[in-house]
Amino acid sequence: MTETDLPRPVPTLLDLFLTYGKIGLIGFGGINAWARRVLVEEKRWLTDQEYAETLGLGQVLPGPNALNAAIMVGDRFHGTAGAIAAPGAMFGGPLVLLAGLAMLYDAYGELPTMRAVLAGVGAAAAGMVLGTAAKMTQKLKPPPMLLAVGLTALVAAGVFRVPLPYTVLGLAPFGIWAAWWANRTP
Amino acid sequence: MTPAIFWQLVLGFGAISLVSVGGGIAVLPEMHRLVVEVHGWMDSADFARRFALAQAAPGPNVLVVGLFGWHVGGILGMLTAVLAMTLPTSFMAFGFSRLRARLAGRMWLRIVERGLVPIAVGLIAASGIILAQGTGTGWLPLAVTAASTVFVWRTDYSPLWVLGAGAIVGLAFL
Repeated sequence: MTETDLPRPVPTLLDLFLTYGKIGLIGFGGINAWARRVLVEEKRWLTDQEYAETLGLGQVLPGPNALNAAIMVGDRFHGTAGAIAAPGAMFGGPLVLLAGLAMLYDAYGELPTMRAVLAGVGAAAAGMVLGTAAKMTQKLKPPPMLLAVGLTALVAAGVFRVPLPYTVLGLAPFGIWAAWWANRTP
Repeated sequence: MTPAIFWQLVLGFGAISLVSVGGGIAVLPEMHRLVVEVHGWMDSADFARRFALAQAAPGPNVLVVGLFGWHVGGILGMLTAVLAMTLPTSFMAFGFSRLRARLAGRMWLRIVERGLVPIAVGLIAASGIILAQGTGTGWLPLAVTAASTVFVWRTDYSPLWVLGAGAIVGLAFL
């Protein structure tokens, strides 16, 4: 774990704003995989463990989890101003883009070319998201019981389509119990 | 946008946001009920098309509510729907963030945080599977997804390369 020993850069408020703006605009297939890529790998503001913990808390709280995580990351580095700048940038860019798309959609409906490009991008984005989950698992090296909780979440939500509130709230006690168990036998 | 629609957006999406544990998309069935069944703003097919449009665009998935708002109230409807869906829970998340900072270092909080990590990662993987199922049938999208998974997992190059490659493959073959 040499990478956790290096000093971690602390972003300025402007860094935070610009970086979350970028995460929003490149966030194909959802924000979370991209936020991890940029915050952990590119900027090194957070470790994999810190990012995953923040996202995990964002998931048990009500509201969009990427938004909850952005508020917590913003608050961590720059208090109230950070908690406004990070999610504001993350939503602002894509919102402008979406308004443009909505206008095009109203005017032209769906263009076949656009549809083909988006299908290809969608397939690649799906792989990007799966690859991120694999990479996180590899780096976090979870003990067997925590791994089992993660795989259960994957199968419940991804294969059986159990509604997310049930998946999250149903598995949380088991995850916490597994973390407690792993902690008492180091 | 009429005042009636403004309040329907504020109250409808505001209420939905408060039960959206696990993410904005968790409550898609509730949104369908509000937009299609309760208010009749659009039919099911139109609802699905707008959802697909929002999914294909970059940014937080929850922005799909902006397209529903756009449909009934233009740009103001879009902003109203997005703010109704995000503001109430944002205050809760901010309050929680402050509480977390105050409790930092407590062993029980550390254990709770660690226990939630596998759920966060498992749900990222699940959203990948769901996205892959939504990209169409046949071996080609599957091959693009598989290649992209390996590329992102095993290398540190930017994933934008595979998205670009995906766009070219889509344009040429899909």
